[in-house]
This record gives sequence, structure tokens and C-alpha cells, in this order.
Amino acid sequence: MRTKIEASNVHLHYGDFHALKGINMQIPERTVTALIGPSGCGKSSYLRLFNRMNDLIDGVRIDGKVLIDNTDIYSIPQSEVDRLRRKVGMVFQKPNPFPKTIFENVAYGLRVNGLKDKKVIGEQVEKALRQAALWEEVKDKLKKSAFELSGGQQQRLCIARAMAIEPSILLMDEPASALDPISTGKIEELIYELKSNFTIIIVTHNMQQASRVSDYTGFFLLGELIEFDETKKIFRNPEKQQTENYITGRFG
Amino acid sequence: MISFPKQVDREKRLHQAIAFWIARIISYSILLILFLILFFILKRGIGVINWEFLTAMPIDGMTKGGILPAIVGTLYLVLMSMIIAFPVGVLSGIYVNEYAKEGAIKQFVKMMTNNLAGVPSIVFGLFGMALFVNRLGFGASILAGSLTLALLALPLIIRTTEESLKAVDDTFRHASYALGASKLRTIRKVVLPIAFPNIITGLILGIGRVSGETAPILFTVAAYFLPKLPQSLFDQAMALPYHLYVISTSGTNIQASRPIAYGTAVILILIVLGMNLLANFVRSHYSRKVKMK
Repeated sequence: MRTKIEASNVHLHYGDFHALKGINMQIPERTVTALIGPSGCGKSSYLRLFNRMNDLIDGVRIDGKVLIDNTDIYSIPQSEVDRLRRKVGMVFQKPNPFPKTIFENVAYGLRVNGLKDKKVIGEQVEKALRQAALWEEVKDKLKKSAFELSGGQQQRLCIARAMAIEPSILLMDEPASALDPISTGKIEELIYELKSNFTIIIVTHNMQQASRVSDYTGFFLLGELIEFDETKKIFRNPEKQQTENYITGRFG
Repeated sequence: MISFPKQVDREKRLHQAIAFWIARIISYSILLILFLILFFILKRGIGVINWEFLTAMPIDGMTKGGILPAIVGTLYLVLMSMIIAFPVGVLSGIYVNEYAKEGAIKQFVKMMTNNLAGVPSIVFGLFGMALFVNRLGFGASILAGSLTLALLALPLIIRTTEESLKAVDDTFRHASYALGASKLRTIRKVVLPIAFPNIITGLILGIGRVSGETAPILFTVAAYFLPKLPQSLFDQAMALPYHLYVISTSGTNIQASRPIAYGTAVILILIVLGMNLLANFVRSHYSRKVKMK
């Protein structure tokens, strides 16, 4: 399998705080990688490296290399960041649809990136909503406000919104932590389906979720990547004592 | 097992009831004062209000006739000052909250905005006279008066804009950036629509403040008496608060113009109320559009 994302010796500082300490990781294309670890371990900061969301925070310093499709995304000019973000979609912890109609939520990414052709936009919106397994539920109310949807539907709408601009990578920051078990199940099924088209990285606090949906798992602790391996290996036979302690619930 | 004192629940309930009743009585008495003022003014003023009062010029040394020029003048001043202050205030608020980096300069701007809000309105009046009337040569005019009133309303609008923008959760901004949207686009299409209903509150407060002020217009626009309506921005105008002041303190026959003074007060209150209702309507209209679950 081709390597999609490669981090080598990545350090991240927030001011004086050393949040990531020399991370190395290679993520193959069209796989799901789960990032686990206790709160504050750096996994969300790590996730936000890949679409340069950390740039928005004052006082962030990043060293090392982050390659996506063999391009170092921290050596590209500022003007290329928007293009990078087209390639790397993101879904957030809390469903956060815009105060717009269902249709306009999904069309937003297309419009901000300069697409004007109504027919193309309409087709892309439908395609994204189908991919997010939401089309059947919303096809008759595309003009309704996105806030009329349930929390689980809103989150799938946010996934559709991220997918509409056809990224090749999807970053998910605890995408199901604010949802009930049934909605969570739907999101997990969706992640499994989407694997054939996207490289997915998901941050989760839920061990079962990590073991259910992911091919690879990385365990973070205090800014270090303790262990990164196939999910099966991590959950059945981890190399490190700390990993075993965490996944068996002995700390964290 | 611990045994809790038997009367504890009854005591809790009693304390709670007392506290709530005190709060209730205080808030009702504020309402009562407001109604007393309204009642007092309406009782004395309602008698003179008729079609002529609203549409005629003052006559007989302002002891008879209507107050049309003062109504028109106040409407002009409120409208013009808001046309100036609202966009400037909203843009400043956007700059302070969305663009300015945390640090000394931002703190300084915020501090100065707060200070500006505390400047007595008569000082605004003097400043307006010095700058707009004399220095820029607008003369005593609607333009000079509106600019002065706009300065007065500016800190209110900047502050409410800033607070409304601050209340917009960052996750909306991040979702927009994550789709490759620029900062400007994010502010225009995502942040402002969410914040807009609250920004309108600043407009409402501004209107309320501006329409009742006398001091800032004293030297910059207000006329004691004008025989005709203002024809352009460079004309002087009469205004309701100033008219009220004039006929209550320095009219030709203060006793005779007393009812007119109360009538004028009623109209002023109704105009402010009307504008607030309009702004509230706009606010709830937008609020419905961006309603959260």
C-alpha cells in the first residue's frame, strides 16, 4: 500500500509547552487510523497538523516534517494552505452545521472554492449526501435549516459537507462523542464504507470504537507516540506496558 | 445512618421563597417606576395630541400649533447618525474581535472604546462644534449634528458587535477554514449571520441613546425655532428633546406651552418605542433564520 501521510520527527510547541515530542508515523492510503490516549496527550494537536489548523493558534511552533503525498505541507507557501485544506477534510467533535439550509451547508465548500455551475453543485451535493448515508432522510427537505436535523443527522451532514469538495483525507476529531449509541453506530458504519475512497484518521476516547473501525492505532501519552501498529496487534498483543495499561483501563 | 434535622426542608423552602419574593418585588418596582413615568407623561400630554399637533408648525411663540419640524428633525438625526455609526461601528467591532492580534494595541483600542462610552455627552457636543461645525465648516447642520451623535453611539455599537462576535463558537470558524474558506469569507458567510441578531441589539441601544440626547445637538444642529422644514443636510433642524427643553425653560410663555411640552415628550417616547419595535422585528427575523437547536 502506498504511504499517504508521513510524519517524521514532528515536534509541536504551544509557547513553552512541548505538546508533541518527536512523532514518527507512516499512514497507508485508504485505511483508517485511530489515535487514542488520555486527554491532553497531544492526539488532537497531532490530528490538526495535517490540515494546518494549528496555524490558527498564536504562539505555535512546529518542527520536523509532515508529508502528504510526498509534499512537506509545512514548506508550502501560505497561499497553498487553502488548497491543502481542500485535500484534507475535517469533522469536528460537536456537530457544527452552519446556520444555513441543508443544501447550502454541503454546497458551502464548493462555493468558497470558486465553483459556480448550479448543475455541478447540485450533483456534488447529492453525491456527498449519499456518501454520508443521509440523502434518503433529507432529500425532501434540502431547503430546510440544518438545525432541524437530529444531532446524529447533523454530524452526518458535517461529514457530507467535508466530503463534497472531494478530499482524499478525512480527519475526525471524536466525531461520535456527542452522539447517542444508535447515531454512533451509523457514523461507525459510515467510516467503514468511506475507507474505500478516503484515508481516515480518527481521534477517539472510545476503545471499542477504535478497535471496531480502525486498521491502525496510535497510542499517545504526554506528547509521545508510545506505540503505533495494526489495530489487531495493539489490542491483542501490545509491545509496551503503557499501551496495555491504557487499553485495559488501568489508567488514563 | 445520619439523622437530618426534620425542619430542614421546610426551612430551605422558606428561605428560597423569601429570596425570590425580594427579587420579584424589586424587579416589579422597577417596572412600576417605568409605568409611573409613562402614565404621568401620557396623562398630561395625550390631550394635546391630534393630527394638527403632528403635522403643523409651531405658532404663537410655540404656545400653539404642532411640532412637525421637531419630529422631522429627530427622525433625520436618528436615521443619519445610524447610517454613519452602524457600518463604522460594526466594522470596528469586526476588526477588534476577528483581526486584531491579542496584545497591547488591541487592549488599548478596547480601553479607549470604553473611555469613549464614558465621555459626557456635552463634551461630544463641544467637540462636534469645534470639529464639524467650525473646523470642517459644516456649520450648525443636520450633517454636523448626525456626525456628533454618531460618535456618541459608536462605542455602544462597537462593544455589542464585539460581544456578539465573541459569542460565536470557534468551531464554526474552524469548520469554514477547514473547507478552504478565507477569513473574510468565513466572517461574511458564517460568523456575521450568526452574530447579526445580537449586533442589531447594539443598533437598538444606539437609537435609544441618540434620539433622546440634547447636549450633543445643542451647538451642532438644534434650532430654537425654524419656520420651515430642513431642505438639505446642511440645514439646521429642530429636534424633539431640544424642543422639549426650550419650551420648558425659555419659551415665550412657559405656562401656556406646558401641555405642548408633555405632548412632545409623548411623541418622543413613541418614536423611540417605535424604532425599538422595528429593530426588534428585524432582530427576531434574523434570529429565526439562524436559530440553534
